[in-house]
Amino acid sequence: MLEILRPGVQTTVQDLGRQGLRHLGIAVSGALDRPALRLANRLVGNPEGAAGLEIVIGPVVIRFHRAGFLALTGADFDGTLDDAPVRSGWRQGVRAGQVLTLHGCRQGMRAYLAVDGGIDVPPVLGSRATDIKAGFGGHQGRALRAGDHLNQGEPVPLKGRIGCRLPVWSPALRSIPGPEYDEFSPESRDIFWNSEWAVSPQSNRMGYRLQGEPLIREAGDDLLSHGVLPGVVQVPPNGQPIVLLADAQTTGGYPRIAVVIEADLWKLAQARPGARLRFACCTEADAVQALQQSRDKLDLFEQEAYGHRSECGRG
Amino acid sequence: MQKRFTNKSSTMRFRMVGHGDLLPAKQAASSSEGRPAMEGEVRFYLMGERAAVLASRAPASLPCQRRIWWIADRLHGDAGLIDIVPGMNNLTLIFDPLSVDGKALLDRLRALWLQAGQAEETSREVSIPVSYGGTDGPDLGEVSHHTGLNEEEVIARHSGAEYVVYFLGFQPGFAYLGGLPESLVTPRRAEPRLAVPAGSVGIGGSQTGIYPTVTPGGWQIIGRTEVPLFAPSLCTPTLLLPGDRVQFIPVAADRA
Repeated sequence: MLEILRPGVQTTVQDLGRQGLRHLGIAVSGALDRPALRLANRLVGNPEGAAGLEIVIGPVVIRFHRAGFLALTGADFDGTLDDAPVRSGWRQGVRAGQVLTLHGCRQGMRAYLAVDGGIDVPPVLGSRATDIKAGFGGHQGRALRAGDHLNQGEPVPLKGRIGCRLPVWSPALRSIPGPEYDEFSPESRDIFWNSEWAVSPQSNRMGYRLQGEPLIREAGDDLLSHGVLPGVVQVPPNGQPIVLLADAQTTGGYPRIAVVIEADLWKLAQARPGARLRFACCTEADAVQALQQSRDKLDLFEQEAYGHRSECGRG
Repeated sequence: MQKRFTNKSSTMRFRMVGHGDLLPAKQAASSSEGRPAMEGEVRFYLMGERAAVLASRAPASLPCQRRIWWIADRLHGDAGLIDIVPGMNNLTLIFDPLSVDGKALLDRLRALWLQAGQAEETSREVSIPVSYGGTDGPDLGEVSHHTGLNEEEVIARHSGAEYVVYFLGFQPGFAYLGGLPESLVTPRRAEPRLAVPAGSVGIGGSQTGIYPTVTPGGWQIIGRTEVPLFAPSLCTPTLLLPGDRVQFIPVAADRA
């Protein structure tokens, strides 16, 4: 069992989200940095869709009531287990009673904590993800508070420490031109690809609001409400783009200038307010290849970790 | 036809429904019902690498929406399809791009659109009791003022109309309803409320609907219902489903 002593800015239980229910208005939710949650789970021997904690900046303090293993991925946190340093990207043994403290992070802003057996909250509509907006799933449908206790699933037999290098963050979001791309002025299309966009402090799990020179849609009718998904870049009348993320509503009506590819969505999860981002044009084929590569990397890691090759660290 | 206040259905499938007898004369006259639609009336496109879209060009019509429900039902259970999301006269398919070829999926959508026929008559009618005005409907006066109708007339016209659920979106269980009488069209509030109570019935422009959960919102709130619209513990977690016919029944407030 885990006991939350300090929850930080926003700590939630998340898995890979709630799929197949968007026609009922139910958002996907789940980890914003999906590759990070997948990696954390693999490090502690869980199925990659097991529930872990999504932690937004610190300080976060968690007490472990059961011996087992943990892994931290995503943001590069400065953490300690009792007094010993904890490194992101590594599996680490934990004794009952030990306290994990995450101070600040050197890079990124969302960390993922996986424990062996996963966080055992009851699944709601097929997922353990917290839908904070609608108030269900996860732990009582809300962000964690001091004093919350979370059960762990059945422990997985594991031995030793093992780790992997975390992906390197870059500000480039590979994107595919969206359905209304051609309706924006040529100048606006140029600005979209060739200028830097600052992450607004008003960004959250629903979407990242970006600030820059306004984009002007020259032609086109009002759109009828249509399905949207994480990665869609909407441009409301103020011309400032919004990139939708996991908690976004299921349908929208704003023009879509582009769609950030799934393989690069994690970069938004790790971009802090004020960070500067840019969009890089790519094709559907590039996007599929990038997604395949990111999955292959996880598979390769696992072969290295659990097979007998030694490039990925064993300690 | 069944009447109900609670959702006992355990199916997650789209139901094929018919509304031919309910079409306003204006819509029926301008619709393409009864003949195959020209492909030029709709667009088929990919949205990113993992969504395929069928979108009719405006204006929205119920016959077109019925085709969309028909297609959604045919696609249900297709391998590699993650979500099938009807919108207003459009349909978005979210798929796993590592197992589904987007362009082939667009071809399948084109073919389905050309063969899409009439839907079966399995419609449900859902009656929703609403306490209008007072603390439950703080903007009833504003709607009355804007429309020039007195409050009783607003209530009579709002509850006298029959609505059709076009699709669900915005938040879990929120239904986009077609059928608001033109005489009730009222602009959204200048200042959205930070928290609209669950069950609030509102008018926003030419739309009406019910907020299933507490949310910020800018619609004019004219009443409230106690009927739960979203219950995540149920197998079918939303009261309303695309294709349902909805009627609002005025009731006296039973809250203190």
